[in-house]
Amino acid sequence: MSEPVSALGGATHQGFATIREIGPLGMITLRAKPDVKGLAAAVKAVTGTALPAQRRIEVNGDRAAGWMSPDEYLLILPYADVAAGLAALAAKLKGEHHLAVDVSDARAVFRIEGAKADQVLAKLSPVDLARLEPGELRRSRAAQVAAAFWKDGEGYTLVSFRSVAGYVMGLLTHSAQTGSELA
Amino acid sequence: MSTRLARGGRLIDRGAAQEFTFNGKRMKGFKGDTLAAALLANDQMLVGRSFKYHRPRGIVASGAEEPNALVNMGEGGRFEPNQRTTTTELFDGLTATSQNHWPSLEFDVGVVNNYAARFLPAGFYYKTFIHPRAAWKHLFEPIVRQSAGLGKVPKDRDADRYEQAYAFCDVLVAGGGVAGLQAALVAGRAGARVILLEQAPHWGGRAPVDGVEIDGKPAEAFVEAALAELSAMENVTLRTRCMAFGVYDHGYVLAEERVADHTPGDGRPKKRLWRIRAGRIVSATGAIERPLSFAGNDIPGVMLASAVRDYVVNWAVSPGDRTVVVTNNDDAYRTAIALKEAGLDVPAVIDARPNVTGDLPAKARALGIRIETGSAIVKVKGSKRVTGVAIGLQAGEGAAREEIACDAVAMSGGWSPVVHLWSHCGGKLVWDEAAAHFRPDAARPPITHDGSAMVIAAGAANGALPAGECLADADRAGAEAAQALGMKPKKAKAPEAAAPAEARMEPVWIMPQGAGPALRMKMWLDYQNDVKVSDVQLAAREGYTSVEHTKRYTTLGMATDQGKLSNINGLAVLADSLNAEIPQVGTTTFRPPYTPVTIGALAGESRGDIFQPLRRTPMHAWHEAQGAYFEPVGLWRRPYCYPRAGETHEQAVHREVTNTRERLGLLDASTLGKIIVKGPDAGRFLDMLYTNVMSSLPVGKCRYGLMCNEQGFLSDDGVVARIDEDTWLCHTTSGGADRIHAWMEDWLQCEWWDWKVYTANVTEQYAQVAVVGPNARKLLEKLGGMDVSREALPFMQWADGELGGFRCRVYRISFSGELSYEIAVPASEGMAFWKALNDAGAEFGAMPYGTECLHVMRAEKGFIMIGDETDGTVTPLDLCLDWAVSKKKADFLGKRGMQRTYLANPERWKLVGLETLDGSVIPDGAYAVAPGVNGNGQRNTEGRVTSTYYSPTLKRGIAMGLVRRGPERMGETVEFPKVGGGSVKARIVSPVFYDKDGEKQNV
Amino acid sequence: MLILECPCCGVKAEETELSPGGEAHLKRFGPGSSDEEFEAYMFARKNPKGVHFERWRHAYGCGKWFLAARCTATLEVFGTYPAQTSEPPADIVAKIKAKRPDWKGYK
Repeated sequence: MSEPVSALGGATHQGFATIREIGPLGMITLRAKPDVKGLAAAVKAVTGTALPAQRRIEVNGDRAAGWMSPDEYLLILPYADVAAGLAALAAKLKGEHHLAVDVSDARAVFRIEGAKADQVLAKLSPVDLARLEPGELRRSRAAQVAAAFWKDGEGYTLVSFRSVAGYVMGLLTHSAQTGSELA
Repeated sequence: MSTRLARGGRLIDRGAAQEFTFNGKRMKGFKGDTLAAALLANDQMLVGRSFKYHRPRGIVASGAEEPNALVNMGEGGRFEPNQRTTTTELFDGLTATSQNHWPSLEFDVGVVNNYAARFLPAGFYYKTFIHPRAAWKHLFEPIVRQSAGLGKVPKDRDADRYEQAYAFCDVLVAGGGVAGLQAALVAGRAGARVILLEQAPHWGGRAPVDGVEIDGKPAEAFVEAALAELSAMENVTLRTRCMAFGVYDHGYVLAEERVADHTPGDGRPKKRLWRIRAGRIVSATGAIERPLSFAGNDIPGVMLASAVRDYVVNWAVSPGDRTVVVTNNDDAYRTAIALKEAGLDVPAVIDARPNVTGDLPAKARALGIRIETGSAIVKVKGSKRVTGVAIGLQAGEGAAREEIACDAVAMSGGWSPVVHLWSHCGGKLVWDEAAAHFRPDAARPPITHDGSAMVIAAGAANGALPAGECLADADRAGAEAAQALGMKPKKAKAPEAAAPAEARMEPVWIMPQGAGPALRMKMWLDYQNDVKVSDVQLAAREGYTSVEHTKRYTTLGMATDQGKLSNINGLAVLADSLNAEIPQVGTTTFRPPYTPVTIGALAGESRGDIFQPLRRTPMHAWHEAQGAYFEPVGLWRRPYCYPRAGETHEQAVHREVTNTRERLGLLDASTLGKIIVKGPDAGRFLDMLYTNVMSSLPVGKCRYGLMCNEQGFLSDDGVVARIDEDTWLCHTTSGGADRIHAWMEDWLQCEWWDWKVYTANVTEQYAQVAVVGPNARKLLEKLGGMDVSREALPFMQWADGELGGFRCRVYRISFSGELSYEIAVPASEGMAFWKALNDAGAEFGAMPYGTECLHVMRAEKGFIMIGDETDGTVTPLDLCLDWAVSKKKADFLGKRGMQRTYLANPERWKLVGLETLDGSVIPDGAYAVAPGVNGNGQRNTEGRVTSTYYSPTLKRGIAMGLVRRGPERMGETVEFPKVGGGSVKARIVSPVFYDKDGEKQNV
Repeated sequence: MLILECPCCGVKAEETELSPGGEAHLKRFGPGSSDEEFEAYMFARKNPKGVHFERWRHAYGCGKWFLAARCTATLEVFGTYPAQTSEPPADIVAKIKAKRPDWKGYK
């Protein structure tokens, strides 16, 4: 087994905000209805968090559980722990209709940091960032591709598909250029 | 002449001189000047030529409504045509050139059109260029292209960058004059999130120019106090140089911010497009003065009275030493007074009204200005510059009573509210008889998502022209906007503006009212498009009764002007010609944008590398480093081939085919769609989706399947693998993963929502490599880690395991007819795995191959390709894939559609192989001809080519095609005409050209 | 540009985050249906100037399909509701009738 490599190998850009490609992160797409027996316990076993409510993300150190749709959750955990996480889910949800699948390698993850990080996103996503609550996970688009993001400390974590990581990095770099601050 | 005054100029900084050039001539201006103000300060009144007649044109206005003074700005990568000098801020080093003339501005050959004007009436193009037909292409069009048009098209790549940004607010106020400021104050104090936009670099609009007093102080003091209060509110955002140019559905507003137009090359984006979502829009966009229609009203030096006033007061520029004012209202007297107070000469005010009584005329009289009542300008004297005016009776037919020498004319035909933002989404207008203008009809506003009013007009934009009414109206508008959103405006007294009482204006559409044809031919309605009173009257006589038709026939109000100056005058003339009332004729539709928007701003970040999202596989960088030639497949970029030094693409493809067939080829197949389908009902679901049966597929095996839409036409294909009891993995075509995933979800969510099935698109989780060729097994055995023998992993099975230390899933499937393994590894290890295969494969002759090699090999095997053999009108039965269409299943998507009689017709074109008699390659897309002609006199056809290649394996041209009753006609010859003459004859054969029994893939 | 509130995730999504899916509440006709039934299912579509029921997918969002009732002429939105309904919910019908007394109803 070779070392996993993130889509852009940790590319960074320093503009009026800092852009960093991070990862690879472990990610599991879990599809199940919220009323499935044992779901909360299964998620807790993998991320140590509660089952997130509609549009929320519950963060616990380097693990997190995000609400993606009425029957889909995104579980984030260390890359090396994915197999164990999947096994835990399979055990806890045995006999219940669900789908859990490793998507760690299908994603690219970015951090946008700095006091004006919101301005970078404001150029790319049709989202009222001033009304984005702490702990709210927003799925939208960044220019022409799907993206999900949430505020985390002084900045945002943004998840996109891996194949368009270069495009997303280009977008973030363009939007964070010094001199293009919105205010 | 026009010149800079020694004193005054509220917007200029005399301490900051700026040098610029116009047509190469060096000129000087000040910081705070517009380019138009600076040109006038340098006595450059002539700035361009008109569109059709190439008549000399000067600056008419002082804002966005300017029709004439459009110039080419900048050079090279910063060249921009059609820039409005009246809204262009002057900066040091600015270069501008005039447009639409040849060879020079002063001497323009095209002016000959002017002398031929009587032969170039409305609809000239339609009437003249129709016959003979060939003359348009070879004679008229080249000449028209040469002589018409405004600015030049930029030749160099734009050196600037642009961006867009989203903003959200409760109340968007468009316009930063006193009305906009007041509305923003009221809404802001009520707690609304407010965005206030002003197109100019400064706040306050007209009020400071017109000497309005607010609460006993000059308007400037109000503006300053309002800005201080607004800036201190956290819920208010202020932006200058930012024009709201369009209102769209549900409170969506687009605005263009000129970030670095005036500081080119300072590293900031040149422009920014704001995409604003507002709860309510307050349109405080002011009003625009109308010209008067008198003969020669387009001669340089004839300007709007308000513009003359702006140049004197704002920029200390005098458009002329002697300015005659011509008007039908009191407001224009402000210009006469301003000129007089600046020490300039006003020989006369020509007022069309018989009785002139207002306070402003009284003040003018007191200043010693001569007022001619009931009078008209009969004709303006001069050609490139006004030299005088002949005056007569407004009620008369144009007899000149007197000539007055002057070098400028300030005209005012009254004011029209800027109703564009109100009207963009369907807000209706009412005709205000007293002010002779259309203004917003508050009873019929544009509506938003909940059916309530979306736009609220305020101040002059609402027809409240006098300063006092204007502020009160804006106060009301601000409160209304906040209230509509559930906020409580604070009770506060609205500021009061004092202004002299104005007497009623009198509509004047033609001056003098009885002017004959000779004069009417020189009365311009639309300066930019050269439309005159006589053109509109001619259109009316020719039966154009609709204002929309007249606009297009005469070009009135087209192009960048969009009727800002010409609209009301034009339709008044039309109404008069039709003996109709103005409200009956109505206005043309107001469409965004209000003023032209730079394409760069609309494109935003979408340029160069990020023009569109390119999807890259984990091995993309390796392909690039190898010099692969890429082709787009959806948004993916896939290597088409890997040409070596000295090789053409064709040679490279042939080498790759031969090498793969004889030794070993490696294909990056990561783009292949991969969708997991899981659940107790997954088998049943897949049986509905695929035309064949998937529920019976044993765990560990693979099966090729077809998907149709409900019409029964092929939509996608791919290999399905059964992973475990309730899990299947569906491969889709490279371009089809997202579409098919969405298709699955559509059926699961909207039709069979009680079925227990989950799907997940895991396309990008895996890097996938096809290891193809007689040496494929040898390579995998060398890597080691799992048994890939024929016995352990037979054709159409899959297995999980490890190869060379990589976790992988190996599918024994083949799209080439060779021994083939498709191996999926986690994407993050894809590059390492690909390199390992290439390195270890060297001894077995491994070479990467591209999509074209894949295509040739699958065509040699007669495998169909979605998008080649299918085009959305082809069924599986057309492709002779009957074996993959279940007859047992009661239902599947497309089954009913395929049962339609038309699709069961034996005459349909069906898939066959085509072997050219001479070995050549049939041209792509060629049709097979049949005897006779159809109803249109075209040759009948009986088939078409769907895939055609040179086969390096068979060393001849091979093709697949759809031919009428094809499979019944084996051995027959069909003929394919070629573009440019001649034809290719081909024999109908089986589409499987290579290894007909499939022995090679099965070893 | 429209805003529709996705009933599945609560986001007030703008049009660029959505994909349109045509007329809502179509009844599928499969094998065994008459030509007329199949034609109605496949091709016959209402095209009203006024109240209309449509399918939308929150494509750049939670990915779920939902249905919307809106006026095609004024773009007024009467409501959005889950895709798992075979006809417009009563509360939305009542709302439309209150706002559009002339509306002839869903059928």
